[in-house]
Order: sequence, then structure tokens, then C-alpha cells
Amino acid sequence: MRADPAILPLEVADLGFQADGRWLLRQVSFRIEGGRSIVLGHNGAGKSLMLRLCHGLLTPAEGQVRWRGPGGGDSVRKHAMVFQRPVLLRRSARDNLLHALALAGLDRRSRALRADAALDRFGLAALAGRAARVLSGGEQQRLAIARAWAVRPQLVFLDEPTAHLDPAATRGVEAALEVFRQEGTAVVMTTHDLGQARRLADQVLFLHQGRLLEQTPAPRFFDTPRTPQAAAFLRGEHID
Amino acid sequence: MFRTLTRRHLLALAAATGFATAALTGPSAALAADKPFITVASTTSTEASGLFKHLLPAFTARTGIEVRVVAQGTGQALQTAKDGNADVVFVHDKKAELEFVAQGFGVKRQDVMYNDFILAGPKADPAGIKGGKDIVAAMKTIAGKSAPFASRGDDSGTDRAEKRFWKEAGVAPKGDWYRELGAGMGQTLNTAAAMDAYTLSDRGTWLSFTNRQNLEIVVQGDPRLFNQYGVILVNPGRHPTVKAKEGQAFIDWLVSKDGQAAIADYKVGGEQLFFPNAASGS
Amino acid sequence: MGDAFAAALALIAGADETLVEIVLLSLRVTLSALLLACVVGLPLGALLGIVRFPGRGPVVVLINALMGFPPVVAGLLVYLLLSRTGPLGALGLLFTPGAMILAQSILILPIVTSITRQVVEDLWAEYGEQLRSLGSGRLRAVPTLLWDGRHSLVTGVLAGFGRASAEVGAVIIVGGNIAGHTRTMTTAIALETSKGNLALALGLGLILMLLALAINAAAYGAGRAARRSAGL
Repeated sequence: MRADPAILPLEVADLGFQADGRWLLRQVSFRIEGGRSIVLGHNGAGKSLMLRLCHGLLTPAEGQVRWRGPGGGDSVRKHAMVFQRPVLLRRSARDNLLHALALAGLDRRSRALRADAALDRFGLAALAGRAARVLSGGEQQRLAIARAWAVRPQLVFLDEPTAHLDPAATRGVEAALEVFRQEGTAVVMTTHDLGQARRLADQVLFLHQGRLLEQTPAPRFFDTPRTPQAAAFLRGEHID
Repeated sequence: MFRTLTRRHLLALAAATGFATAALTGPSAALAADKPFITVASTTSTEASGLFKHLLPAFTARTGIEVRVVAQGTGQALQTAKDGNADVVFVHDKKAELEFVAQGFGVKRQDVMYNDFILAGPKADPAGIKGGKDIVAAMKTIAGKSAPFASRGDDSGTDRAEKRFWKEAGVAPKGDWYRELGAGMGQTLNTAAAMDAYTLSDRGTWLSFTNRQNLEIVVQGDPRLFNQYGVILVNPGRHPTVKAKEGQAFIDWLVSKDGQAAIADYKVGGEQLFFPNAASGS
Repeated sequence: MGDAFAAALALIAGADETLVEIVLLSLRVTLSALLLACVVGLPLGALLGIVRFPGRGPVVVLINALMGFPPVVAGLLVYLLLSRTGPLGALGLLFTPGAMILAQSILILPIVTSITRQVVEDLWAEYGEQLRSLGSGRLRAVPTLLWDGRHSLVTGVLAGFGRASAEVGAVIIVGGNIAGHTRTMTTAIALETSKGNLALALGLGLILMLLALAINAAAYGAGRAARRSAGL
């Protein structure tokens, strides 16, 4: 159904980033063909940083982020990002979508159609005219996900999208993520919620102190982690 | 569509700029187009006395020319005219006016009217000069007793007259008692009233001034207190933007029988403020 | 003081034609100056808020300092600029409302620019990453940030209005306080004071205060209504 040329696979090679002379991320290499990748690791392992580097918000100190598909060279980005705290503009829910679609380069008519479709798809139609900032935390995050969806990305990065939400709102967000799975949109997401990781993950990327220690299919990661650090992490412990 | 959006913003910006520019020049420019006007640089004394409010409607009714009066001190008024920012100067410092014409800034100077200066002072009269006729002697006494004196200090016609009297009195006014305000006539009277000081004022402003408090006239009637007003057309040879025809029409009217009568007609509290004395007053 | 109230009441009750003219001119001059300053100051402040360039710090400090620019000096500069012997003398703007608008907009510009910079800088800190993620460059973010900062920007615009409407030093120099042409509330107050009509001057001052109060109340009310509907 998608006419755009594919940008996947995403290939990350020897990615490194440093701040104040300290390497926060180094020699990270992986490849994503599609599906749902969950990035796990302790606080400060470099998970958010890696997402931002892949999304192009930060420039790597070394290494490359390459979109290997035939559409990967296009200047228009076909990947989107949802942040831990949804940053919504001080306008209505629908206007937030229209704004994002305008930035994506759509004409006025397509913007309206796409915005309404997004509101419908994520069960937000009743809130279309409400000021985005008065929505509940869960609604705001769903709106942020709808906004990401609206621009038809082929991959969505999500940085702990449910960290601030209660269980009910978390379920709502996970249901929203189901839309991406159904449509075959790749997802790369960080989380601290191991239950959530088990529910969602096709594969796990395990980061530890700025290094990528594992890229493992989810069932195997949770049953028999290869590294002692990952095993400790799953037990809720921390070893260096 | 990104481009369309930008264009929309640019359009809005352009519209706003256009509106602002229109606001800047707008109605005033339109007004200037259908209604001729001249700018007259004059003195605070003529403005504050209310003379112009009385004179101008008569002239405008007769000629259709609007007169815009910028009231400044005589020195500043002459400078305004020198810079070509006025069409006519109407001030009261004959020496400076003649110099202005001699330097080629003005076409010709004509007498219009006169009034006189008065020395105002507190009722208590600390210098003991009340009722005197000799302005120079009175000012010498003020200086001798270091009685408070409020000076305009703004290079106006009145200020220049005051400085002339000090010179004639052989006094270099200096000290705590001598206060240079750098203010217009009315402002100076306000201040003099507030600090019980003597001050020199033209009679016109004095008569129309309502906040006298303890001030009253202490010296008047000295021929040296004579205060002559003159009018000059700014030289269009210097400044081509000068509206010579309309300006001259105003001057001609001021010195005409009608204009002179209108000046004589202006009274405050039954008292005539200015006395017409144009040479061609016929 | 009682006299002043009486004078103000008499002026208002009489709906004196001259007074109406003066009030309208004051509003026209100040609002036009405000518009002009906003057209320049809002984008300029926004750019200063989000664009980093060498020497930005000193520029920000300079503009902040210019908020205290003495009106008389602004008036003098505009006077020299518009004087027939000055660079823009050919426009014939001196002693016109246009000159007063120009002088006042110069006075307001630093206020509008400075407050806009602060508001936009704070908003950019909050929005920057998200907007860049959506594909917005810094320049493209300017209208977005201005719109989203509109409630805070109103304060800056009102501060500008306050400074302009209360100002006398600049407009009296470049406008000339010409009766019926460039006489505003403040220059009329100055004139009436110089005539010793203190009650009338104070009465005019009261009316000016009432006008400022009305405009600020309207802005506050509108802002509150907008905020409530936007849930801020």
C-alpha cells in the first residue's frame, strides 16, 4: 500500500558519540530490517542517545547511520520519533497534526485528510478540537504517536513513551503501537518496563555502558541471555 | 507545501509592513494633498498665551491655509527654520532675527506686535524692589541680596532679554540664588511660584498663567522691557521645500489691517496681551 | 487633586471635540508605532532567540540595554534624521504624526525584541528537539514559536504600549506639539502644565491612565479567555 521507496534496512556501523571528552556511546553496530526492536539497558547506558543519533537529532563523533533501502538517500526523512514527554504545541489536537503534516510538505487538502485519518485511527476523533495541552498524559502520548503515524514513517523511534503513564494509559499506548505492527512499520523503542519489553519485542538490543552487548531475538534474550551483564539486568541487578 | 506556507507568512508580513508604512505617512499625507498648510516656528510665549488659538482660525477661514505652529524657544525656533523645517519664523529677539536674515536664512524681517516683559516676584519681596520702574537697578538689587531668581536658561527671546539686563547691571549671575531651569515660560513660572523666586516673563504668558500662587508683578513699565515680535519668511533659495507663497500670505495677513486688528482683539480677563505695530498696518 | 478629578470629569462629560481628537491621535500614533515595532521586533527577537552566531551575547545585552533608551535622545535622533537637512529630509515627515510614530517605534522596538527573544528562546528549549524531529529548521520554527508564545508575547507588546503611550520627550521634539495636528495626550499635558493649568493637566493625565487601564484590561481579559480555552 505504500508507494514510497523503502529506506530499510537501517545499518548502524561503529557508532560513537562523546561529550566533554568522555565516550557515551562507542562501537555500536547493528542492522534493523523491520519488526519491533526494544532497546534495553540501565540508566545512562546510552539508549536515548542512540535513538537520537539514529533519528538524526545528533551528529555522531564516529561511525555511520545508513538507510540502506532504495529510498534511503532521499532528503525527506521517512522515520519519526516519539519522546518520553510528548512535546505538543499550544493549539488543538488536530492543529498539532496539521502542523506536523505541513512540515512534512503535504498540501492543505492532504493535511486535513491525513490528520482526520490519524485522529480516527488512534481513537482521538472526539478530542480533535481540544487544546492538546489539557489532554491527559495518556491521551497526549497517543496524540504524539498519531502525529508520528500521520507522516507515514517506515520506522518510528520511541524513547520510553510510557515512563510517565499509569497502567491504563500504558495499555492505551501499547494498543496504539499495535497499529504500527499491523501496517508493517518498524519500531525501535526504549523502555524500563521489562513486562512491556516481553509483550512487544521481536528482538532486543541490550546496551551496557555505551556498548551494544547483544542484538538477540526476544524469546532467546529473555530465556538465555548471552552476556552476564544482560542476565544481571534481567534479574534486576547491576554488574560492571 | 512548505513553500506555500512560507509564502503565506511573507504575505502577512508584507501586508503588515504596508499597513505600518501607510500609518506613518497615511492620513497626514492625504491631508497635505488637499489642504495646504505651512509650518510656523514660534515661541512658547505666543503659544502658551493662547494668541495662536485666537488668530489662526481667522486666517485659515480666509485663505484655506492651515497653520501648524511649533512652539519653541526663540533660539530653537530659529534653528528649526535654519534647517528648513519651518516656512515662517515668528519670534521675539530682534537682534538674532536680523542676523538670521543677514545670513541669508530669511527673506525679510517685519515687525508684527509687541508686548512687554514684567518682573514677577514673591509677595514677600525679599529683595525689596516692589513698585520700581528700573529693571536694571532691580536686578542688581536681587543679585546683591542673593534673592532667588529663576531663569529660563533656554536661549529663548525672554532668556536673551534677561541676560541682556544682567549685562547692563554689570552682574554675572552665579550662585545658589540663581537657578537656570532650561524650561519654557510657563514651566519657569510654575517653578518660580513653587520656590518663591523672582523671574522675568512676557506679559502675555503672565496674564494667561493661572498657577501664580504667591507671585505678583514687582517691576514693570521700564522702556527697556519692551518686547518686540517679528516675523520672517524662511528663504526658499536656501530650502526649496519652503512654501513661500503660503508663508508670505500668512505674513501679509499678520501685518495687514485685519491681522493687526485680530491681534489687538485678543484679550485675557479683559486685558489686551499684544499690541500690533506693523509698519504697513493699513 | 479634587480639581483634577473635576476637570477630568468635565472633559469626559463634555466629550470635547479637541479632546476626542487628541485621544484619537494618541491612540493612532501609539498603536501604529506598536504595530511597526512588532513587525520588526517579533521576527527579529525570535531569530535572536533561536539562531546562534558569534557576537550574539553582546547583541542581546545591547538590545536589553536599549529598553532604557532615553526618549529625548530617540526624539533627537529622529529629528536629525527627518530634518530637511537630514538624510530623510526629503520625506517631509518632521512635525507630522508619522515622525512621532517613527520615534515611538524606535523606543518600543527593543522592548518587543527583547521579550520576544526571551520567550522564543525558552520555547525553543522546550520544542527544539521535537520540531527538528518533525523536520523543521530554525527559520521555519519562527512562526510556530511566535504563535505558541503568543500569550507571553502579549505582555511584551503591552509593555511597549505602556512606554509609548506615556512618553512625551520624543514626540514633542519630532511632532512639535502642533495644535490639532501633532498634539497628543502627553504633549497636551506638558503644555497645560506650562500654562499653569495644573488641574486640567492632571485631568488629562487621568484620562490617559484610564485609557491605559482599559486597554490592559481588554488584553488581560482576552488573554485569560484564550488561555482558558487553550487550557494553559
